[in-house]
Amino acid sequence: MSTLNFSTNLGDALFDYPIFTASGCASSGKELSQFFDLKDIGAVVTKSVMNKPRHGRPTPRMAETPSGMLNSIGLQGPGIDAFLAQDVPWLVSQGAKIIVSIAGETADEYAMLARKVRSVPGISAIEVNISCPNVENRGLVFACDPDSSARTIDGVRKIIGGEIPILAKLTPDVTDITAIARTVVDAGADGLSLINTVLGMVINIDSMKPHLGGKTGGLSGPAIRPVAVRAIYQVHAAMPHVPILGMGGVTSGRDALELILAGASAVSVGTASFGDPTAIPRIQGELASLLAAKGFASVKDAVGYAHRGEVSTT
Amino acid sequence: MNTINKNAAQISATILSNKRVGAYYQIILAIGDLASACRPGNFVALAVGGDSSRMVLRRAFAISRITHGSASGGAMELIVAPHGSGSKWLCEQSEGVEIDIVAPLGTAFGIPTTPVNALLVGGGYGSAPLFGLAEVLKARGCRVDMILGASTGSKIYAPLEGKRSTSTLKIFTEDGTMGEQGRVTAPIAKLVTEGSIDVIYSCGPMSMLRAISDITNGTEVVHQCAVEEAMACGIGICMTCVLPVQQSDGTVKMLRSCIDGPVMDGSLVAWDVVGKVPPVVV
Repeated sequence: MSTLNFSTNLGDALFDYPIFTASGCASSGKELSQFFDLKDIGAVVTKSVMNKPRHGRPTPRMAETPSGMLNSIGLQGPGIDAFLAQDVPWLVSQGAKIIVSIAGETADEYAMLARKVRSVPGISAIEVNISCPNVENRGLVFACDPDSSARTIDGVRKIIGGEIPILAKLTPDVTDITAIARTVVDAGADGLSLINTVLGMVINIDSMKPHLGGKTGGLSGPAIRPVAVRAIYQVHAAMPHVPILGMGGVTSGRDALELILAGASAVSVGTASFGDPTAIPRIQGELASLLAAKGFASVKDAVGYAHRGEVSTT
Repeated sequence: MNTINKNAAQISATILSNKRVGAYYQIILAIGDLASACRPGNFVALAVGGDSSRMVLRRAFAISRITHGSASGGAMELIVAPHGSGSKWLCEQSEGVEIDIVAPLGTAFGIPTTPVNALLVGGGYGSAPLFGLAEVLKARGCRVDMILGASTGSKIYAPLEGKRSTSTLKIFTEDGTMGEQGRVTAPIAKLVTEGSIDVIYSCGPMSMLRAISDITNGTEVVHQCAVEEAMACGIGICMTCVLPVQQSDGTVKMLRSCIDGPVMDGSLVAWDVVGKVPPVVV
């Protein structure tokens, strides 16, 4: 049996393994490192960091839903300076590949964050989270609006000249995700992270009011996997050359393969780590066996395989 | 910022026994060598619902007691109220079933190095971890008094063998069906005023923990409380179980109850902003 080539690319960034953490579901990696070596997975995608330290939203911040959960964290974090000074060097010392996720309230804040990220060594890619659902003003969800998405990515592109790939993280809560995807790629994104959580709400039938402190929250977990597969499939069909970091409800090697077949070059695992701290290495092992069993010599051969033989309609 | 309990491990644990005790279930799990790493106050996060479960999150429970040296090695006791779909599933599992657990998690109750007068206060099944704590405190030469409270008698958890480690045990129920009618806070205020206790260890509903902090604040009495917040992961990565906690520089920080807790200094929890967002200090 030939050996499987398990490495993958997102733009110019090379990763030895195709399974990553998902932003916001691994903090900065320290806690998960109690359960496995961070160098043995594709990459740690860190929790979206803003310029200043931030408390986030009030509790309750969580509600379990059938095969999923709603979260309403609101980007609690230490701020970019503390993050770059403490978390990144620690991840580097662990031999982890790092993708830093950034979030801002204005296009200028994203650009400032990108400038700070650029100045620190050891980072493989930057994920620009323009789709966090847990912000005070839904109007701030840049990825719902093509113009502000383009402005934000363009601002980051002017700072990051090509040293590291820029991934734009998009929401599926739009009429046509391929239109937003095209806009951010035209503005300079090297790749796309698909998908962020889906906006949802739970009403507590005891209080008879919205359960979450922030009222609405982001739905994640297996419940949204078909939405992720659909979004990845549509975007890959529209722009087959643009690499996609896929995420959304992956809990097994089978699920990861599904996203890869739809067009993802690598797969992030988020909510599954809450239920199983060793989900990522387990999923990676399952995916390797599955790829080999299906006769794939490499991850790359499987990327977008579901599109083979399709007649392009774009 | 604190870090995850360095002894935390994920193992498959076999249910040794599961029996109903009043309104609760006493579940004993074989955990082997992990038992030696568990301290009173620590908690465990269990996967529920089996392989095809639609419940994707773990359930967190206080470790009520640890035993060593049985035929199957160390064991962990949990007292579970069949409240939601996850805990109901757990209570239905019979002897021999394997449960995926992560333990020990979180901080432990601080144990004094010299003998002190300790008051242990439990609300509902929050009393469960206090009996293991009482044994440890008694072994250190502490005087251990215990006050338990609940809405009704069937919700008081007080095992016979547990009473041996306490000098006195008083029970209060709101409907008067067991012990005295009333809440645990009235006798605590009296004991604190008298100056007869040094440390209060508490575990139970947040409203009870807050009420105790209101009594001890401004006194010499130390209040170590085991907090309860909804958690998605129990291992510090989801950021859902945060509580506002006063820092030494005067600011308030949202700390994770699973990492910086569950045992926290009651005088530092900013109880008035729990469920709100603390003001931003510029």
